[in-house]
Amino acid sequence: MVTVERRAAEVREALARPRPLDAASQAAWAIAAQVVDPEIPVLTIEDLGVLRSVTVTGDAVADCAVTVTLTPTYSGCPAMDAMRADVLEALTCAGYENVSVSLVLSPAWTTDWMSEIGQNKLREYGIAAPTGHATVRGSGPIRLKMAVKCPRCSSLNTRELAHFGSTSCKSLYECRDCLEPFDYFKVL
Amino acid sequence: MSERSEADAHGHVAVDVTTLDAELIEGPSVATSDVAEYALWLGDDSLILAQQLGAWISRAPELEEDVALGNIGLDLIGHARSLLHYAGTASNRTEDDLAYWRTEPDFRSLHIVEQPNGDFAHTIARQFIVAHYLFELYSRLRASADATFAAIAAKAVKEVDYHRDHGVQWVLRLAHGTDESRRRMITALSDLWPYVEEIFRDDPLIDRLEGIAVRPSSLRPAFDEAIAPVLTEAELDIPRGFVASGGGRTGKHSEHLAFLLAEMQVLTRAHPGASW
Repeated sequence: MVTVERRAAEVREALARPRPLDAASQAAWAIAAQVVDPEIPVLTIEDLGVLRSVTVTGDAVADCAVTVTLTPTYSGCPAMDAMRADVLEALTCAGYENVSVSLVLSPAWTTDWMSEIGQNKLREYGIAAPTGHATVRGSGPIRLKMAVKCPRCSSLNTRELAHFGSTSCKSLYECRDCLEPFDYFKVL
Repeated sequence: MSERSEADAHGHVAVDVTTLDAELIEGPSVATSDVAEYALWLGDDSLILAQQLGAWISRAPELEEDVALGNIGLDLIGHARSLLHYAGTASNRTEDDLAYWRTEPDFRSLHIVEQPNGDFAHTIARQFIVAHYLFELYSRLRASADATFAAIAAKAVKEVDYHRDHGVQWVLRLAHGTDESRRRMITALSDLWPYVEEIFRDDPLIDRLEGIAVRPSSLRPAFDEAIAPVLTEAELDIPRGFVASGGGRTGKHSEHLAFLLAEMQVLTRAHPGASW
């Protein structure tokens, strides 16, 4: 029996990684999916949920047209230009000659789309993965925060050092047990 | 991070089936002149504020704040790019044409965003006010009948929510800090407050964009409601006094904007077509 949780996870996964259904597009998706985030090179654009669609029209690899859409993590993320160029290069190197890559804003990207594999890779890399799910809060300054786990020693005894970190998507934390500072991929 | 609503039970986000190509000028979404004018209103606010925040990098009171104000500016640049790109579709101009090749009477930004950075408290007071306004604006613009505005807003609202929090934390910290930080926070709030009214002033353009644009005056109650508890906690009074004349939406600006534009546009104008 499929539980509600399992079904919800499947729906989330389908939203996060809307893979194509036909074989030709799937082959191109598999190539584009290997492109990594230039700022966090352990994560692929597929792990992030940034790769939104790959469509191949036509038959032979050289003759067909490939249309790829990406969505930016943050509106002003400078890594988008690099990801876009890298997707173009990866597909061109694979023999596709007619490739176009565009950006879409809707639906808006959320950290909820980050794959579990991606979250694990992030932790191994030393960045704490997003804790909890995205919501836009209502009015009022009160916000309940979940503890962020230290990616080094797994302690929950951590504190935020700075609201903003080295890139738009991160804030800076410190572990009070192992005393190491670390980046936290904040929930969006 | 915070409370989860009922709607989140099956995985959260509302899915908009519209695929917006925000980058291609030949794309399906071309703005009418009224829509383009509204896109300029919002895009110019973000652009000018982003330019101001960039000036803090390497000059903020602490390194973390260089990073914070830089990151907020970056988000705002992202919003400005989308909005100005959209505005440009009506007149076949690029976002860069609009950012670099207009003079101040053609800018539609509010007076509050062109107010000088001042000391850190002035920048925080400006951020506190503008981020709360933008949060209420984008919350409602998500429901715009215009798919491009709705898409930009749905993305921007999550980012300005974070900016709002940043402003709140600093208002509290400065107000409850030292006598000096409190004195500066009070001065900054009273210097910026005269520019609040213009934000919520309606314009005939809004009447022509029913269902597409957000009526500025309709945001005032939510804005007041959101900032009131913060000011109470900070033990700050809402300043009383004069109301600035405004006029930014029709291209009437103070002397500050021309200097700001001169700095922002000098490179492009000195070396047209330069890239790096």
